[in-house]
Amino acid sequence: MDHAPVTHTDDTDPTPTLFDEMDTTEPDADATPKKKAARKAAPQKKSGAAKVSKKSAADETATENASEPKTKTERTGTRKSAAEMATKQREISVAEFFTKNRHLLGFDSPLKALLTAVKEAVDNSLDACEEAGILPEIAVELTPTGEDRFRMAVEDNGPGIVHEQIGKVFGKLLYGSKFHKLSQSRGQQGIGISAAVMYGQLTTGKPARILSRTSKRADAHEFLMSVDTSQNKPDIHEKKVSEWEKDHGTRVEIEMEARYQKGLRSVDMYLKQTAIANPHVTIHYTDPGGEKVTYERATKELPAAVEEIKPHPHGVELGRLIGMLKDTSSRTLSGFMQEEFSRVGPKVARDICKLAKVSEKAHPSRIAREEASALHDAIQKSKIMAPSTNCISPIGEELVLQGLKKELEADFYFANSRSPAVYRGNPFVIEVGIAYGKPGGVGLDITQEGRIVKRDKAAAVTEDLVGNADEPIRVLRCANRVPLLHQQAACAVTKAVIQTNWRAYGLQHPKGALPIGPMAVMVHIASVWVPFTSESKEAIASYPEIMKEIKLGIQECGRRLGTYIRKGKRLRAEFDKRNYIEMYIPHIGLALQEILDLDDSERDDTVKTLDDVLQKSRKF
Amino acid sequence: MAERKKKSPKSEPAKVKKAPRKLTGDDSKTLKLIEATALNVRTKIMGRTLPELKFPTRSLGNVKYDKSVGYFELGRGRKARALSVNTVKSFAQTLRLMAFSKEMVENDDFATKREAYYVSKNWSEAKFNDQPESDTVLDDIEALASLEGLSREQLRFYPEEHGGSVAGNLVVIDRDPETNNPIRIDCTSFGSGSYSIPHSVEHLKFETDAEFILAIETGGMFQRLNNHKYWKTAKCILVETAGVPTRATRRFVRRMADDKKIPVYAFVDCDPYGIANIYRTLKVGSGNAAHINRFFCVPQAQYLGVTPQDIIDFKLQDATHKLLEVDIKRAKDALKNDPFFAAHKPWVKAIEMMLKSGVRAEQQALAKWGLNFVIEEYLPRKLKEKKFLP
Repeated sequence: MDHAPVTHTDDTDPTPTLFDEMDTTEPDADATPKKKAARKAAPQKKSGAAKVSKKSAADETATENASEPKTKTERTGTRKSAAEMATKQREISVAEFFTKNRHLLGFDSPLKALLTAVKEAVDNSLDACEEAGILPEIAVELTPTGEDRFRMAVEDNGPGIVHEQIGKVFGKLLYGSKFHKLSQSRGQQGIGISAAVMYGQLTTGKPARILSRTSKRADAHEFLMSVDTSQNKPDIHEKKVSEWEKDHGTRVEIEMEARYQKGLRSVDMYLKQTAIANPHVTIHYTDPGGEKVTYERATKELPAAVEEIKPHPHGVELGRLIGMLKDTSSRTLSGFMQEEFSRVGPKVARDICKLAKVSEKAHPSRIAREEASALHDAIQKSKIMAPSTNCISPIGEELVLQGLKKELEADFYFANSRSPAVYRGNPFVIEVGIAYGKPGGVGLDITQEGRIVKRDKAAAVTEDLVGNADEPIRVLRCANRVPLLHQQAACAVTKAVIQTNWRAYGLQHPKGALPIGPMAVMVHIASVWVPFTSESKEAIASYPEIMKEIKLGIQECGRRLGTYIRKGKRLRAEFDKRNYIEMYIPHIGLALQEILDLDDSERDDTVKTLDDVLQKSRKF
Repeated sequence: MAERKKKSPKSEPAKVKKAPRKLTGDDSKTLKLIEATALNVRTKIMGRTLPELKFPTRSLGNVKYDKSVGYFELGRGRKARALSVNTVKSFAQTLRLMAFSKEMVENDDFATKREAYYVSKNWSEAKFNDQPESDTVLDDIEALASLEGLSREQLRFYPEEHGGSVAGNLVVIDRDPETNNPIRIDCTSFGSGSYSIPHSVEHLKFETDAEFILAIETGGMFQRLNNHKYWKTAKCILVETAGVPTRATRRFVRRMADDKKIPVYAFVDCDPYGIANIYRTLKVGSGNAAHINRFFCVPQAQYLGVTPQDIIDFKLQDATHKLLEVDIKRAKDALKNDPFFAAHKPWVKAIEMMLKSGVRAEQQALAKWGLNFVIEEYLPRKLKEKKFLP
C-alpha cells in the first residue's frame, strides 16, 4: 500500500514527508537539479515525471516555507527560464530513490542493515522452496571481513533461478513474482534482496556473488553483479558456469558495512524466531565468531500450498478500480466484476450496478470517473461474502506449539489459531502462542506415584526468549512466518497485548505497558497482504479487525494461562505443605525407635513407609 | 513454615542404660500405655495407612458432672491428631514427649513442665517455640493417660507450681530421696511457719487425730489461725490454698480426707472467684483439665463460708465491696454454663442472692468485729450450725 507513491504516479497521494526526507538527506552531485528547482520553484512544470513535479512542490513548502502562492515567482538574483529548467528535469530511478532513502527499507544503521539483508535473503529462499514444494534447508553464514565489514552468505536448497533471470532478481528493484498476485508469501514488493545488493555495493563497492543451479542436469551459474542505480537494472560484472556440489539451490553472498551484536534484535534472534514460526525449516547458522548453531525442523510437512485469489471488492480503492476498469478484457460491467473480483456472482454484480445506477451491460472502458465513484460506493455498501480463505496458510496450533517447544524452554505452552477474518477485503488469520515460565518455573512435577518432585534444571540458554519473572513479557511478532524485530511499539500486536487485561490471568500488568512475567507471546498474522506500516516491513498496521482478532486469540491463551498459573500456585503450596510435613516424619521415627526399641533399619523402614503413605494419601 | 531445612534430626547422645529398675505397678502401667500408643502408630504405618493419635477433648464442653460421682468427668469427645500441616508438628512432639516420659520412668527421674520445654530445644525443627505449646501437648498426653487412670506425675511431668501450706495435728511420712528411709514430719512443730506440700504426694502417708480439714483461701487468714494455734483448739488441719488450689494441694487434701475419713471445709472470700473458681476447683476439679479431676479433687469438701447469707447473719453489710463487672460476669457464667452449680440448687440460690445484693465480702471483713472474732465467734458458730453449702 505504501509503495503507492513510488509505483503509481497518480497525484492523489503526495506523502510530502517522504520527499522532504529525501531532500535533507541528499548528499551528492546528483542532486543539483533539485537544489536549483528548490531555489526557483517552478509552478508551471507539468511535464516529465510526475514525481519530479511533486518533489519540487514539496521542496517549496519545505525549504522556503514561504506563504506566497505558486503563481508568485518573482525573485531577486538570477532567473532561469522554463527551458533551462526543463533540461534538469528527468526521471528518477527507483534504485536511486532507495539509495538515498535506504532507511525506508531497513538499511538505516549498520546494525540493522545486517539483519535486514539476512532477512531478505532468507525470506526469498523460504518463499522459493515452499513454492517449489521443497523442504527448506538454509545455511546462513556471517564472516567478518574487516572493521565493521561482514560478508553475509545465505544458501538454500530451493529450485534455483534460471540464469537469464538471476540478474533481474538480484539487480533490479521492484522486480518480482509476488507483487501482482494476491497470495500469502513472505516477500511482497520485490525490493528487498536487490536493496541488499545495492547497500553492499554502496558501502563496500563490491559486487554481490550469486550462485544458482536449477537441477542436477543443469549447470550451476555464478554471477558477480551489482545494481545500476541510475537505471534500476542489473550490472553484471562476471558470469560463468561453475562447480557446485548442490543439485539445486541458490547462494547469495553480499559484503557490506555492518555491525554485529547479540541481543533481542540480532540475526541470531531473527533466525531463532524464524525457526519457531517455520517449524518445517532447518537452519544452519554460523555466527561471526565461527560458532555453529542448527535449528532443526520439527515437522517434515510443508505448509499447505496456498491459492492465489482475486481481490475482494471491499478491499479495492477507487483509483485501483478505475485502473482495473481500463485494463479488463471483459465487455460488460457485470462480466468485469465477476471476472476480476472474488465472491462476485451475477446477482451480486446486478445488485451493485443497480445501487450505483449504472447499467450492468455497460462496457467497462466507458465507465466515467463519476460512475466509477458511484460503483465504488455501491460496492462498499453491498453485502458481499467474505473472501475465501484457502489463500492463507496458517502455521496451525499444533505446529505453533511444536515451534515454541523446540526453541523455547518453558513450563507451559498454549497455542490458538483463530478462524480467518477479513480486513479491507483481505482475508487473514491470527495465531497466538504462549510459552510461560522459566525453565523450572514453579519447577515442580507430579510423579506417577503422586509425589511432587523438583524438576531438573534445564541447561542455561544464552539467548533466552522467555524473560525473567520480573521483566516485561517478550512479544514475538510474525507476519507470514517472518519474525518482526523492529518497531515493536508501533505494531498492532504489541498494542493488542498491552490492551489485554493480563491481571485476570494472574500476571502483573502495569497500566499502558507490557505485562510482567516469565513469558513469551508469539502472534502470527497470515494474510495475502499484510498491512505493514512501512516498506521495511517492521510493524503491522492497527486495523480494528486485526486488533480484534489478535486480542481474541490472546484472550483464549490467557484463559488457559490463568488456569495454569493458578494450578502452579496450588502445586507450589501443596509442595510446601508436604515438605513441611516431611520435616517432622524423622522425628516420629526417632520417637517410635526410642519407645519401641527399634533398630536403625527398622526405624528407617518405618520412616520411609510413612513418607510413602503420606504422599499417596494427599490428593492433588 | 519458618524453617524448611530437611535434615534428619540427630538422635540424642547415647544414654547410659541403667540397670533395669524394679518398676512399681503404676510405672509399668505408664510404660504399657506409652508402648501401646507407639505400637498402634507403627502398626498403622506398616499397614500403609495414616497413623492418628486420639485424645480426649479438653474443654468445659466435654465435661460432665454427676453428683454421685462427685467430680468433673471427661465426656466422650475425642480429637484426632493426624499428619496434616496443622497437626504434624504436635504429632511428632507428642510421640517424642512420650519417649521422653518413658526414659524418665525407666530412670526414675522427673521433669517439670518448664524442663520438658527445654529438653525439646534439642529436637531441631520439632522443638517447642514457647512453653504454652509444650504445655498443650503435655496436657493432651495427660488426658490420654487419665483414661487409663494415670496422672501427670506418673508420666513424670511435674507441675512448676508449689503446693499450699499445712499446719496442725498431722504427721506426714515422707521418704528420704537418697536412702528411701521414711521421714516423719510433724506439722505441729513448724512454729509460726508451716509445712509446704510437695509436687507429688502419692507416696506420702499420714497420721492424725484431727477431726476435719480447713482449707483457707488467703495467707493472712491462715497465719492468724496458725499463730493462734487454732488447729489445736479446733482439732483440725489447716491448709492454705493461696488462691485456686494447685493439683498437689488438692491431691494432698484428698488423700488425707480419704485416708482418715475426715470432712473438709472450705473457708474462702464471698465473691464469685472464691466460689466458682477456688471452691469449685477444690471440690470437683477444674473444667480446663477435666481429665485429671478424678485424682485432683476433693468431692467431700463443703463450703463453710463466707456465704452471702453470712453477710446478713454477721452484719457485714458495711464491710462489703460492690461486685465488679468481671465478678458479675463470672457469677452469671457459673449459673449458666457450669454443670456443678446447675446440679446444686442451694448454690444457685446463693449466687442469685449475691447477684441481687450486688456486693462481695472478704474473709478479713470479719475483722470488723475484732481481730479474733473469726476464731472466737465465726468459725465455732459455723461449725456448730453445720449449715454448709454443698
